[in-house]
Amino acid sequence: MTLEANPEAQAPAELVTVTIDDVGISVPKGTLVIRAAELLGIEIPRFCDHPLLEPVGACRQCLVDVPDAGNGRGFPKPQASCTIEVAPGMVVRTHATSEVAAAAQRGTLEFLLVNHPLDCPVCDKGGECPLQNQAMSHGRGESRFHETKRTFAKPVPVSAQVLLDRERCVLCARCTRFSDQIAGDPFIALVERGASQQIGVGPSTDHRGSDDTTGTEPFHSYFSGNTIQICPVGALTSADYRFRSRPFDLVSVPSVAEHDACGAAVRIDHRRGAVMRRLAGDEPEVNEEWISDKDRFAFTWTRQDDRLRTPLVRDENGELQPMSWPGALAVAGRLLEGVRGSVGVLPGGRLTLEDAHAWSAFARISLGTNDVDFRSRAVGPEEADFLAAHVAGRGLDVTYADLERTRRVVLVALEPEDEASAIFLRLRKAVRARGLKVVTIASHRSRGSEKLSAELVPAVPGHETEALAALDLGAGDVVLVGERAALVPGLLSAVAALNGPRIAWVPRRAGDRAAVEAGLLPNLLPGARPVTEAEARADLAAAWQVAGIPGIRGRDVVGIVDDAADHALQGLVVGGVEVGDLPDPARARAALAGAQVVISLEVRRSEVTDHADVVLPVAPPVEKSGTFVTWEGRRRPFDTALHEPGSVTDTRVLAGIAEEMGRPIGFRTTADALADHDSVGRWDGQHPEGPSAAAAAPTRPPAGHVVVSTWRQLVDDGRGQDGQAEYKATARRPVARASAATWSSLGVAAGGTVVLGGSAAFPAVVDDLPDDVVWVPGNNGVNLRELGLGHGSTTTAGSGDDA
Amino acid sequence: MTDVLTPVLSAGWADDRAWTLEAYTARGGYRALGKALEMAPADLIELVKESGLRGRGGAGFPTGMKWSFIPKDNPNPTYLVVNADESEPGTCKDIPLMMASPHTLVEGVIIASRAIGAQTAFIYVRGEVLHVVRRLRAAVREAYEAGHLGTDIGGSGQNLELVVHAGAGAYICGEETALLDSLEGRRGQPRLRPPFPAVAGLYASPTVINNVESIASVPAIVDHGIEWFGSMGTEKSKGFTLYSLSGHVKRPGQYEAPLGITLRELLELGGGLRDGSELKFWTPGGSSTPILTAEHLDVPLDYEGVGAAGSMLGTKALQVFDQTTSVVRCVLRWTEFYKHESCGKCTPCREGTWWLVQVLRRLDSGEGRTGDIELLQELCGNILGRSFCALGDGATSPITSAIQHFRDEFEAGMHTPSSELFPPAASTLFAAEVTA
Repeated sequence: MTLEANPEAQAPAELVTVTIDDVGISVPKGTLVIRAAELLGIEIPRFCDHPLLEPVGACRQCLVDVPDAGNGRGFPKPQASCTIEVAPGMVVRTHATSEVAAAAQRGTLEFLLVNHPLDCPVCDKGGECPLQNQAMSHGRGESRFHETKRTFAKPVPVSAQVLLDRERCVLCARCTRFSDQIAGDPFIALVERGASQQIGVGPSTDHRGSDDTTGTEPFHSYFSGNTIQICPVGALTSADYRFRSRPFDLVSVPSVAEHDACGAAVRIDHRRGAVMRRLAGDEPEVNEEWISDKDRFAFTWTRQDDRLRTPLVRDENGELQPMSWPGALAVAGRLLEGVRGSVGVLPGGRLTLEDAHAWSAFARISLGTNDVDFRSRAVGPEEADFLAAHVAGRGLDVTYADLERTRRVVLVALEPEDEASAIFLRLRKAVRARGLKVVTIASHRSRGSEKLSAELVPAVPGHETEALAALDLGAGDVVLVGERAALVPGLLSAVAALNGPRIAWVPRRAGDRAAVEAGLLPNLLPGARPVTEAEARADLAAAWQVAGIPGIRGRDVVGIVDDAADHALQGLVVGGVEVGDLPDPARARAALAGAQVVISLEVRRSEVTDHADVVLPVAPPVEKSGTFVTWEGRRRPFDTALHEPGSVTDTRVLAGIAEEMGRPIGFRTTADALADHDSVGRWDGQHPEGPSAAAAAPTRPPAGHVVVSTWRQLVDDGRGQDGQAEYKATARRPVARASAATWSSLGVAAGGTVVLGGSAAFPAVVDDLPDDVVWVPGNNGVNLRELGLGHGSTTTAGSGDDA
Repeated sequence: MTDVLTPVLSAGWADDRAWTLEAYTARGGYRALGKALEMAPADLIELVKESGLRGRGGAGFPTGMKWSFIPKDNPNPTYLVVNADESEPGTCKDIPLMMASPHTLVEGVIIASRAIGAQTAFIYVRGEVLHVVRRLRAAVREAYEAGHLGTDIGGSGQNLELVVHAGAGAYICGEETALLDSLEGRRGQPRLRPPFPAVAGLYASPTVINNVESIASVPAIVDHGIEWFGSMGTEKSKGFTLYSLSGHVKRPGQYEAPLGITLRELLELGGGLRDGSELKFWTPGGSSTPILTAEHLDVPLDYEGVGAAGSMLGTKALQVFDQTTSVVRCVLRWTEFYKHESCGKCTPCREGTWWLVQVLRRLDSGEGRTGDIELLQELCGNILGRSFCALGDGATSPITSAIQHFRDEFEAGMHTPSSELFPPAASTLFAAEVTA
């Protein structure tokens, strides 16, 4: 652990010199004694102290002797080093050099064990438990406490995912402080007093959207898992990992979370070839020490029964049959060569930089096409140009640290709590610590916005452009624009035209930014090279040692799907794409059915598998190495955690097909893919012009219709969360939100049921939205895309209750 | 001997309907307020400072100095909070005062608020004493109606809103920062200091927290002057105060006397111990002050005198126990109280009191083990000075002092139950009937 970095420390902070255990050290003013000691390598035992939480001084384990407070006088009593700041000339003696401190610490430790059960052998924390370690290193061999211990019923579920053992709890309040200070979800608190004090779940409040069926407000926080990790004993355990393994049997591998574009550091703990759990890694530049529950718990998706293990090739009867890798690659190569020049490529948004580069090279070199689009979601006409002009090749621009020290952050079509959790936590930290101002352009003030104390600039979905124009933005402002902005006419154009504020595009998927850098767009080649720039193409062709790169702007995802459905494209190569995520799933199904050749590279069976001629199983992130690129443009490399023989990367598969086609991409391995991407490098020419579209004219939906506001929630029906029932039970209850006037005009009773688009039923909740706008979750209970609905769509709405 | 008493706060308690505004005014009540309204706030602080009034809640911190800590440049409002959460075993002075003469406190609040620049004041009353809450609220209502509270008090331009707040019955809320948390609607647990309440107290604003008796003493000082006040008491412990005599004494009750009086004098005033009794031990200021014995009968009961005797003046709650009392049983009861009231925030107090009670119960029932006395002393040593607030320290005082003075009784606990050595009935009020 280190001192918390002070982002504004351009000028050196005022230093204070203190002496700890006879060693002098100069530390910034305001440093806590316990932190200063850490810098000297002196670890003072502690339970309640956590460097990212406000001090509380509750456990009294870190007591030290202060013979001189800096004024020549000492403290008569031992002081808690976690709450006392350094002072010039202060002299501190820890347990290492002071019997007073050592005795105080021994006394506290003995007290902590008074009511602690002796169940280490069956406790999840046993083997990695600060209390156990402390008791082993500094505790008595034999307990002096022969009396009666406090007992409680256990475990108590504080949520479906987090279970509480009140007997083990040492009441350090780390979990409650985390929930209150970091996550902003104070759904757990200390209740009762004395030895009866315990962590409790509050009585049900009338919180919007709460699922009030139990009489209590469960610990429904997207970040609840962090409390399990920072618990210094085994009081909080996860339903998922409880009693599953022993820490000393686990192999730990640092890695990077694959569920969003934040690049959060995680630690993967595996045993005998299976991941047992994931923990937050410590990465001060990115996620600090926190991750979302999705990053923590959603790792079993790779070991579901539908996992693809061997290549499959469709036989003459239309059945998929297992085939050897060489055979399957040969078939894929032959089929694609047969339709070359008429193939669309949909690689998906979850690729590493290396694999994205391989897909890009495969499309351009082997298939000779620019019909490639990583966006497996609704898109708009401005986005590709926006990405080419303002995102690709920009390197590390706005960073997490920038968010923390800037004056104001404007969220445009972005809901960080749901879509980019590390951003959410960083913003909240700055809001609390520095009074950062957050402005959100959205249909309503979400729970996430409330926790950021965000100022709402209300906008009807599809009309955020006007709201943005009304803001007076300048230097010191940072504009974060989310993926839904693509669906708003003129919005990305307006963002691009902003003069003064720094802008950053925050996509939702882990591979989105890498895909942009690798040129997985119809208008963009690797290294920010515009397809239509002859010079850029020539540069790339020279680097790749190929005759040429196709120079016509390709089809985007909508074009690829439409033309495949209309037989104008004969082949499709599809990566990690869910049909239900595509702009028009029905049309996509027609495209898959209609295409002559469908090659699928997937981890698990999907709807694409049903239509594929060749299915080539590829490795999920946990079984390969690679580099995710965060929304900032930061590279987040990770190593293979599980070495699965036969688990191969997209790069290796695509290289194999390319070689069978006789059109090799020039590399086969992840390392070589990255080397190739870097040697191709960033184009040094002009960035292309950005989009310049106009905002849509204000309209009102016809009677009985509403405008849809929606985004994908963190915990939803996405397949990346499969296999985690307890985690999914913590999803927010799907509800529809609209103003009382809107419900009334639709004839929907508040608390009743609303039906959208003729079939999607949601409980109707009153919230402060513009008239004629209804918010519903994107894929929680109902996948809106299957109804052709997205952010800004207009659809029918009516009461689903019997009259 | 009656001239030893100096009834000031208690002077009108025996009056007919003494708690009413009418009775209080008839005795000269609110005369001091009129004088105070004509004084500059800084002069009021200076007056109280010079009077030598020290906090009557236990710690004895100079009241005027506390007032002067309020920063002048803080943009937040300043608050006065009166700590009326009287809950310490044996302590029973504030509640009678508020019952008999609530207007004395109200007048003090108005004057103190003027001194520190507070426009809102709170009286935080222990939740169990509903009758006191009612009486205070009635007095506050009367004061509003008389124009002593509200806006432009007595045409002086002084404004004050006074809120009587009932706690929920937790001893910890007598700790001033826990009181503030409770008053803010949170769970009462002590806060980390710094920031100190004078800088960031109630609602993170400058706050003065004073004991009921301290504030109630202010009107008399303003009315009669500091020389009059200083004519009572000792050099460093000036003025009059309420001594609460309880236990095996013939006439228990409130004895208002100058600081520095001795227990011997007070016992004489109280008619002495009950017949056939001899003094065994006593507390000078509630159960969290180390106990004293008959050899301390002539210790002057002021801050310095009691401190020199190895105890603390505390709340001047003189609990007197005669030879029929088992000190082990008595200490066990007190420790059970501290275990029950430990807020649970810090380890030593929470776990320590849990453990202490179990060891003491063993000794009380004659089942003590070799080493139990040393264990008690070590556990107390591990709590004293290591807990988050002073309540942990207070929990150890009766144990360590009892072992110091009556170690043989603890040793007897290794083989004989206290109920055999000291039959409980003998200590009771009806002992005579039982033993006859």
